[in-house]
Amino acid sequence: MTEFFQSLGMSYEWAWGVATISGILLIALPLMLAVAMIIYVDRKVWAAINLRRGPNVVGPFGLLQSFADGLKVFLQETIIPSAANKGIFILAPIVTFTVALAAWAVIPFSATAVLANINVGLLYILAISSLSVYGVVMAGWASNSKYPFFSAMRAAAQMISYEVSIGFILVSVVLYAGTFNLNEIVMAQKGHGFGIVNGYVFNLLLFPMWVMFFISSLAETQRVPFDLTEAESELVAGYQTEYSSMSFALFWLGEYANILLMCMLNALLFFGGWLPPIDWAPLYYVPGIVWLLLKAFFFFFMFSWVMATVPRYRYDQLMRLGWKVFLPISLLFVVLISGWLMATGHYGAAA
Amino acid sequence: MSTVAHLIKSFTLWEFVKAHALTLKYFFKPKVTINYPFEKNPLSPRFRGEHALRRYPNGEERCIACKLCEAVCPALAITIESEPREDGSRRTTRYDIDMTKCIYCGFCQEACPVDAIVEGPNFEYATETREELLYDKAKLLANGDKWERAIAANLEADAPYR
Repeated sequence: MTEFFQSLGMSYEWAWGVATISGILLIALPLMLAVAMIIYVDRKVWAAINLRRGPNVVGPFGLLQSFADGLKVFLQETIIPSAANKGIFILAPIVTFTVALAAWAVIPFSATAVLANINVGLLYILAISSLSVYGVVMAGWASNSKYPFFSAMRAAAQMISYEVSIGFILVSVVLYAGTFNLNEIVMAQKGHGFGIVNGYVFNLLLFPMWVMFFISSLAETQRVPFDLTEAESELVAGYQTEYSSMSFALFWLGEYANILLMCMLNALLFFGGWLPPIDWAPLYYVPGIVWLLLKAFFFFFMFSWVMATVPRYRYDQLMRLGWKVFLPISLLFVVLISGWLMATGHYGAAA
Repeated sequence: MSTVAHLIKSFTLWEFVKAHALTLKYFFKPKVTINYPFEKNPLSPRFRGEHALRRYPNGEERCIACKLCEAVCPALAITIESEPREDGSRRTTRYDIDMTKCIYCGFCQEACPVDAIVEGPNFEYATETREELLYDKAKLLANGDKWERAIAANLEADAPYR
């Protein structure tokens, strides 16, 4: 895009700046729209499994429900508790939201459509997704209220536990791909399964890693069954208890942007990202972004499906699953995968 | 042997797979929710909803101010004052029902000797203020005029069982 703006007669610096800002807007604005629609989809899927209809009044099929909710929330008063730490209290939702948006910088929507094609994209995502807990912890502390505080403690512990196994899972993907660059990871998956299917998930060693990655991404985004941070039955609404109006909406937007990001990561790391599912020439005529969005949408459906199916984990079960099941298994698989790659003399592209 | 089976079951997430298969089946089932403002449940002819004061077909109000409904009302929601009219017949000058007190027991319509006060089929009369629920005679008569067809049909349907 920089070249395009340069051709309009701008100097390189200006062209780069304009191109980057327009790229950010091109990602952030459709993302907000996607979040609004995805909240609608979430409610619809949940309702359908409960044999309910879900939102169906605002707009055709209730499609505008999220916008109506957004408008309602926007018009409400932002209440700041008198005992709250005002600065941090206001900063917390902003941090959550910003961090949730920041990670999208390195997501490749197709072979060329990526805002920052950096060679440590995966590390960047790992770093940013760990940062997202800061918003929750800040909110919990600044609210100066019991339940948000408990929630923040839980969020921090949960994030650390699952970040570890996610790290090992990503290592195994990186071992296979031989690169941290998300675009190259996607390219490395081309024809990975029997030379026909695109995606690491069709690898016998990586399939269990994907299952664990999916479950960990549920935990990472604090979705059911790992939504202990907002556990309505115990903690009112967790860290969001004291929030209202737009500050509350920012938490929601951030949360769903994170969920979408995790769906994207599932698609990118294990299901061939913007590659079509089958390595067959005619399928490549469909733009890569369509495949990526279809896959991400499928994963979002799975997120909602899980939400409607399983009950919440108890806190000790959550910790047990993270530290005593996922960590040893992912560690074992990192060893197995490295061993397999050594034994077959296949080190991936970079080696 | 059972430990092996248990291991396999837990490592293949068998219980989760089964649960998700079940919920996916429900996902495609027809929905049971009634699409409320557009679709409504059938109501029994005996349904006890919003009150109405009825009139005779010639426009004369039925209520003769016997105050049986006021006497029987367990919630003391009904207030009646009466005076003889110019033609000598006894009529109410005031007939108030406090809908916030009413418990919709239906005693008033059972007590009424002339089927004047009845509980109609309307249940959608939510108001924005509490005061709007303190019904007076004019409001009740207006209700009667508005719902007369439905009320008459319901009374007729229920008549064989009274």
